[in-house]
Amino acid sequence: MAVLVVADHDNSAIVPIVLNTVTAAAAISGDVHVLVAGEGSGAGAAVEAAKIAGVSKVIAADSAAYAHQLAESIAPLVVGLAGGYSHILFPSNTSGKNIAPRVAALLDVAQISDIVEVVSEDTFVRPIYAGNAMATVQSSDSVKVITVRGTAFAAAEAEGDTAAVEAVDAAEDPGLSSFVGQELTKSERPELTAARVIISGGRGLQSGENFEIIEKVADKLGAAVGASRAAVDAGYKPNDYQVGQTGKVVAPELYIAVGISGAIQHLAGMKDSKVIVAINKDEEAPIFTVADYGLVGDLFKIVPELDEELETQGITAR
Amino acid sequence: MKLLVAVKRVIDYNVKVRVKADETGVETANVKMSMNPFDEIAVEEAVRLLEAGTATEVIAVSMGVQQCQETIRTALAMGADRGIHVKTDEELQPLAVAKLLAKIVEKESPDVVILGKQAIDDDSNQTGQMLAGLLGWSQGTFASKIDLADGKANVTREVDGGLETLAINVPAIITTDLRLNEPRYASLPNIMKAKKKPIEEMSPEDLGVDVAPRLTTLKVTEPAKREGGVKVESVAELVDKLKNEAGVI
Repeated sequence: MAVLVVADHDNSAIVPIVLNTVTAAAAISGDVHVLVAGEGSGAGAAVEAAKIAGVSKVIAADSAAYAHQLAESIAPLVVGLAGGYSHILFPSNTSGKNIAPRVAALLDVAQISDIVEVVSEDTFVRPIYAGNAMATVQSSDSVKVITVRGTAFAAAEAEGDTAAVEAVDAAEDPGLSSFVGQELTKSERPELTAARVIISGGRGLQSGENFEIIEKVADKLGAAVGASRAAVDAGYKPNDYQVGQTGKVVAPELYIAVGISGAIQHLAGMKDSKVIVAINKDEEAPIFTVADYGLVGDLFKIVPELDEELETQGITAR
Repeated sequence: MKLLVAVKRVIDYNVKVRVKADETGVETANVKMSMNPFDEIAVEEAVRLLEAGTATEVIAVSMGVQQCQETIRTALAMGADRGIHVKTDEELQPLAVAKLLAKIVEKESPDVVILGKQAIDDDSNQTGQMLAGLLGWSQGTFASKIDLADGKANVTREVDGGLETLAINVPAIITTDLRLNEPRYASLPNIMKAKKKPIEEMSPEDLGVDVAPRLTTLKVTEPAKREGGVKVESVAELVDKLKNEAGVI
């Protein structure tokens, strides 16, 4: 049977983690469909979805009620389509996590969160306890509703195929909720979950203004800027910068942790990075137990030095 | 306005979790247990609404073994009025918990149910959304701000790109994110007072819910270990290693 991927998008473009979700779907079945529910999405997001390598069909549902991916509106649509699928996959981002459990409950099935491996069509591996243990779970439900951890699966080619786009009618909207507004962080830097290099700051930075020193390095390396929970709680940076168990899970090629002690919940969000650098004044800080390269010392001296060294050597973003 | 909060007993967030040698789960014997941190935020929010006069009653619900009553007592000491304990030694998965909560909602008719967005043991992040689905209610998940008025709530949510505000109909389900509030510590007099507050006990059978797990855990293993690397002495050495050894810059 086919597998359905429910795409997250902003009506004009697909969110990159959908590409990783398609790869997970392809590990389950050779027949992968993508649902794009949005407003006017037939022109933008659905066209993009149809190009993703390995997608055999795109289902587009167009309604003003779908413009902001409200769970109350999208869930009945997915439930209506569920009969044709053995698995329904969502990206494990804030949108997928919001909608998937509602769909599962309406179908009277379990939901399997944050899978990092497909063992077989009914068995999956997922992290528990902030990634300090890995559980292999088997589902006995007829339809498996799953969220997929993006960093655990490679991204499917964004331009690889030309699948057919089939329009379906919108489901009846329950009218339970409506969109009021949003405050999205504007940044020229890459998005955290898609960045090749990330430099994150913690409580050691002592203020939001002091993030400037790591932002200078980030701009040299074309890196995204992240923050520990402690730094976000202290108000240094907004919530969408948070890397960790309950924030964003990242796995870049290079992760530089500056003034971050390395609490379990932070490590849960970055320990799958390829190379980890830690800069911290406390040589006993747990971050050093996962770092490939550790530098003990005053970050206010080291980070500007790093900036200068990169400048001197002419190292820039790849 | 009546509020229901769901609280889960989990391994304390400071405990270093260890996987059992036989791969059946994690070690819980002689391990400190506490209220799930996100649920503390849920209790705090409910109690603040009570103190502000927006809410008239706060009921704390927990499900599981006998010791869950300690978790309920913590919620009562923080300011909840009374408790409900659904007692069972069976493993409860999120769908079963949502079904049990739905039955309690039928009995108690709260206006809003507040839950933590995720429990730090199974990291599922499902129960609130499932409960909303089962009840056909609106859901305001990952909340960092709640404005509650009659028949409507404005909920500001922590989303990937920043913050988003939704207007949702009441009755509603709200799940808490980290920045919603800072939970209080219960004072000694309030801990003493909480001992006298009532906790109603019931079983899944009393509520007529089949709690049989849908997911079978085949094994629980240690994650791949990451070896600590080397300490470098200088920025120059760091840049050299990153460039020539790791090849990442």
